[in-house]
Amino acid sequence: MATLTPKTPESTKPSPIAGLNDALKRQILSLQSYSYLVGDALAKMFSAPRYPEDVLEQMDAIGVGSLPIILLTGFFIGGVMVLNTAAQFQRFGETALTGDTVAIALVRELGPTIAGLLVTGRNGSGIASELGSMVVTEQVDAMRALGTDPVRKLVVPRLIATVLTLPLLTAVADLVGLIGGYIVAHFTLGLSAVEFWNRAVQALAFGDLVMGLAKPVVFAIIIATVACFYGLRTRGGTQGVGRATTTAVVVASVAILVSDFFLGKLLLYWFVS
Amino acid sequence: MASKSTIDSIPGGPLIRFEDVSIGFDEGEVLRGISFEVVPGETKVILGESGSGKTVLLKVAAGLLRPQSGRVVVMGHDLTEMKEVDLLDFRRRIGFVFQEGALFDSLNVADNVSFRLREESVALEETEPRVREALRFVEMEDAYDKFPDELSGGMRRRVSIARALIDQPPIVYYDSPTGGLDPVTSQTIITLILRLRDLNGVTSLLATHRLQDAFGLANFAFDSKADRVVPIWEDGKGRHFSPTNFLVLRDAQVYFQGETQELLKSADPYLREFLS
Repeated sequence: MATLTPKTPESTKPSPIAGLNDALKRQILSLQSYSYLVGDALAKMFSAPRYPEDVLEQMDAIGVGSLPIILLTGFFIGGVMVLNTAAQFQRFGETALTGDTVAIALVRELGPTIAGLLVTGRNGSGIASELGSMVVTEQVDAMRALGTDPVRKLVVPRLIATVLTLPLLTAVADLVGLIGGYIVAHFTLGLSAVEFWNRAVQALAFGDLVMGLAKPVVFAIIIATVACFYGLRTRGGTQGVGRATTTAVVVASVAILVSDFFLGKLLLYWFVS
Repeated sequence: MASKSTIDSIPGGPLIRFEDVSIGFDEGEVLRGISFEVVPGETKVILGESGSGKTVLLKVAAGLLRPQSGRVVVMGHDLTEMKEVDLLDFRRRIGFVFQEGALFDSLNVADNVSFRLREESVALEETEPRVREALRFVEMEDAYDKFPDELSGGMRRRVSIARALIDQPPIVYYDSPTGGLDPVTSQTIITLILRLRDLNGVTSLLATHRLQDAFGLANFAFDSKADRVVPIWEDGKGRHFSPTNFLVLRDAQVYFQGETQELLKSADPYLREFLS
């Protein structure tokens, strides 16, 4: 006859393999939920009801709100690039190439990435914490109870606003970066405005501009959807809001940098090589 | 289960029907095999300790949560079979008063109350009088332009009721509408619920753990002629039944279902302790 042995705490503890299995399952489920949200939001961008006032409000918050930090950071990034490269150009007697280098680096790479990371820190965190607070105070459930789709009302306007404003912010970052680069080049290398701007403009090809504007569109989709995803799945009160915000910023930042590599490779292959 | 009774004394078929509904989350099962019916005009008071699944039950009844098994039929719609897009349409025909009011804190009182009307693209000239009327009903017309953070807990709850009744829904769900409020404000909220029930004939599910609210609903009615709350047995209309019934949740299951007197007379030790 079989005997029953009481369960000890050790016997109820999950094995490391089971724990790993559960963690993997959770990650895959998260990825599935995220993919579903992205697909749902992209599909709902093209159908009614639409919320143009909400889009404008978000464009104001993301675009106009981020402008000061974009101006400041872009200017100094351009300046610091010239500071670091000036000595090398002087060594080879090729100071005229400064304009080329700053323009290509800013337009292809630094402008989109810096603008993307700044908007992630400023607006991605804002979106995640705002939506997270709405979830924990049942405002999202109240919205659904009133017959309104939170994806249409909350996610789609933020997605559209970010997609429209981030390329513009990137263009502004590129321009002020070039201005910063020119000012530093003028005072450290003695370059004239004609020398710098001629080289800078001529160095840029159509492919560079496409790269510089395609990347922010992808980054904008990442920022808005990741922030909305973590905001809308917030659990556990105010602590949960903090966790959701941190996770959203970290995941979006890493995703921007990783996608930047692959996008860079793809776009270089298409347009430059 | 301690007792079970039907509500044949109230005319009409059920407006809300739960059939063997179960739902659980990572933490475990929250509702198991829940079955009950609510007929038109009835108020079903869901009683239970904190964490007994009252809020989840209301959210299932509104289609905000989907049960893992069983059927939920409200106004002839099987919510368990409906897609989210159809559920959104369905929810426009019910009212839901959340635990803390759940007002949109970025909108003022008028915009909160008119939220549903604006979503339905109702003309502005029609919206304002309706918002004012709803706010007048909850005696909050003075708060028209205020933001939720300028209101007290009781005021937020009243605005939430105004928002829920803006389209005069036939069904309203109340989730602990008096939780955390002082006795005077609680009484104001209960009076509003009585007015909605007795003047507008609203059918409702009301989750609470406050017995005084539950018995207030069971034992009193709103007399429109006297414009005040009167004891049900003195209303002079020959009403001999209360349109209020009780459902007690315990350990994820229905522990008791029945009328006021059945609950009060029950000899079940848990119910005696719960009522004491």
